[in-house]
Amino acid sequence: MNRSEPLPVTVLCGLADPREAASAPALPPFDSRVLAFLSDLSAALLADRRVKAFPDVTTFAFFCRRASLENLRKPYGTLPDRLGRGLVFHIAPGNVPMNFAYSLTAALLAGNASIVKASSREFEQTGLVCAPIESLLAGAHASLRPYVNVVSYPRERQDVTEAFSALCDVRVIWGGDETIRRVRQAALPPRAFDITFADRWSALVADAQAVAEMDSQTLRTAAQGFYNDTYLFDQNACTAPRLVYWLGEGVSLETAQERFWRAVWEYAQPRYPIDPVVAVDKRTALYRAALTLPGARRSPMPDNVVTRIRLDALPPETADFRCGGGCFLEFASPTLDALTPLLTQKAQTISVLGISPSALRDFALRGGVRGADRVTPIGRTLDFALVWDGYDLIYTLSRRIAA
Amino acid sequence: MLDPATLLALPPYGLAREEKRRFLTEELTSLSRRHAEGCPEYAKMLAATGTDLSTVTGWEQIPPLPVRLFKEFSLKSVPDEALYRTVTSSGTTGQQVSRIYLDRETAALQSKVLAKIMESTLGGARLPMIVVDSPAVVKDRAMFSARGAGILGFSLFGRDTVYALDAEMKLDLPGLRAFLDRHQGKPIFLFGFTFIVWQYFYEELKRLGETLPLQNGVLVHGGGWKKLADRAVSPARFREALCEVSGLNRVLDYYGMAEQTGSIFMECEHGHLHAPVWADVAIRRPEDFSEAAVGEKGLIEVVSVLPRSYPGHVLLTEDEGRLLGEDTCPCGRKGRYFEVLGRVKRAETRGCSDTYEQK
Repeated sequence: MNRSEPLPVTVLCGLADPREAASAPALPPFDSRVLAFLSDLSAALLADRRVKAFPDVTTFAFFCRRASLENLRKPYGTLPDRLGRGLVFHIAPGNVPMNFAYSLTAALLAGNASIVKASSREFEQTGLVCAPIESLLAGAHASLRPYVNVVSYPRERQDVTEAFSALCDVRVIWGGDETIRRVRQAALPPRAFDITFADRWSALVADAQAVAEMDSQTLRTAAQGFYNDTYLFDQNACTAPRLVYWLGEGVSLETAQERFWRAVWEYAQPRYPIDPVVAVDKRTALYRAALTLPGARRSPMPDNVVTRIRLDALPPETADFRCGGGCFLEFASPTLDALTPLLTQKAQTISVLGISPSALRDFALRGGVRGADRVTPIGRTLDFALVWDGYDLIYTLSRRIAA
Repeated sequence: MLDPATLLALPPYGLAREEKRRFLTEELTSLSRRHAEGCPEYAKMLAATGTDLSTVTGWEQIPPLPVRLFKEFSLKSVPDEALYRTVTSSGTTGQQVSRIYLDRETAALQSKVLAKIMESTLGGARLPMIVVDSPAVVKDRAMFSARGAGILGFSLFGRDTVYALDAEMKLDLPGLRAFLDRHQGKPIFLFGFTFIVWQYFYEELKRLGETLPLQNGVLVHGGGWKKLADRAVSPARFREALCEVSGLNRVLDYYGMAEQTGSIFMECEHGHLHAPVWADVAIRRPEDFSEAAVGEKGLIEVVSVLPRSYPGHVLLTEDEGRLLGEDTCPCGRKGRYFEVLGRVKRAETRGCSDTYEQK
């Protein structure tokens, strides 16, 4: 695409021609102007009454508060010899509405200008975040305008993807295999590289004994956390557990399963209406599991809100099973050994209940596994961190000048 | 399982509630047993739901298979040597096709049951027939598309059959006029798929400003309303439009699917779809798959006693509908009658994988 031609994009915030972002000087990580901008954005979002209806936007606003940013900065100490890489081009995902904002924030904190392609799906959250950004850029934070560009354009416009790709230093692609393949067809400059947040697979590991003995308030909180991890985005986020691995056996296992699923059902039932198509999907998934996975059997539940499919073993194909809308595979064993073969490159988040995250991380480290990039407590799988999918985004999106 | 002759001797709309339920429960449970023995996949699916066939007391307790499974898996209950014909159906959901494996017995039952239903609709005599489609659709007899199978199935009830469209799907007006001259004043039977009738017959006549004298015709059409609903064409508008260009005033819709060919649900003169004795419907609540009350919207489950070579006797569709009553339709037919409200809407699926894939 010719540089002088206007781009067929809608600018939600930032430069009228986002291509000019390519000439913005790189900033040091955690630059004071960036921190000031983000904390003002946080305040603007928290003051917006419309935001209250969107817990994910509120969570993002808290992520950007001054105190939170200082916490994020702490582990990095001072980084006096580092600078952002330049321009980061982000392809935002279509499943989790707020990921575009986290992707943008991480790039800014590392010292980069960004062009974000917002999801082609029209999430209300996109507008709720971009509008205050645009006001801040029009006022006190005008000097950051070249750094904060969010655009939308139809995914079919590969020429636009090519134009932005040709200018960027790093490209961040959120998407499944097909998206990544298509975006990668757009050439990058020789020194530029891709960070891909591909479609992944996640699991919950729960200790049966601990759950069996848990007081009911703690259990309720866990169930609510599990709901947020899964149902909140129709179990379609990569971080959403598809398998629940029970560590345990015997009576305590039965008690734990009974208690946990009843608590999940009680929390989800009034909040998650079952769409007819999801009901059919989940029933189809049960039969698909019956035909492809060992010993798959439905565990009885009062209705179609929670679908549980018990397995006798966990062959590698288990990781290919997917069904949204609250459909869970379950497996139980006195040891974690059966989990190891599933921790391939496809495995992303392991959340835990009744076990410490570090115990599980140590298990993964001992196993020399290729996958499982993070271990979180139940309910925290969607929390964004600057280390994501195994990448430390501050280091990856900045460079060091040796002297 | 009843022998085919006994099965076919049943009056198409003659069994009332209790009698029909006993018959279907008996027949469908034995079919389930047969499929569980002949089709290991079906046995696994029954096991996955924890179904014990020996405890089934009503056919509603047999777990329905989602129709989509026939697109993903090869499901048959007879050895390959016994296969007679494979029917494929693309449905409306895209590239993957359903494969339905028929042995001789099932294929014969399908066409004979269809004959019984049509006889009760059109009367016994074979009528001069217009197929509103192209003859190209029925060329390959070994590998049938559901569209071709439908045309051939219904063609048995006509005589002196002509195709309204040529190989390029163009309306053959001279051919139709010659046919109608030959059969002036006589009842004419027309058959076609709803969307084809609309786009290639009605719209073409309208565009050409032509009309055809079909006042004595009866059109039987099926295949679903999805495409017409997308164009905001309602069943009422469909009837009205056809009457405008051809004077047709008997237009009967039917509901059926390739997975249960033969035992179709035909519309009566009161506009209700009727379950024939060999089939039935249950409306399921999506929340828990319990049976919906009369008048309550839900997912349509269809059952048929005909599928003997593949486990398609109890199916969960992706259509929504409403039960209107049982044994009480003013047309006098016994059994359940219902209406179809359309395909369930697929909410935009959300996943990491769909930045580009979503259509």
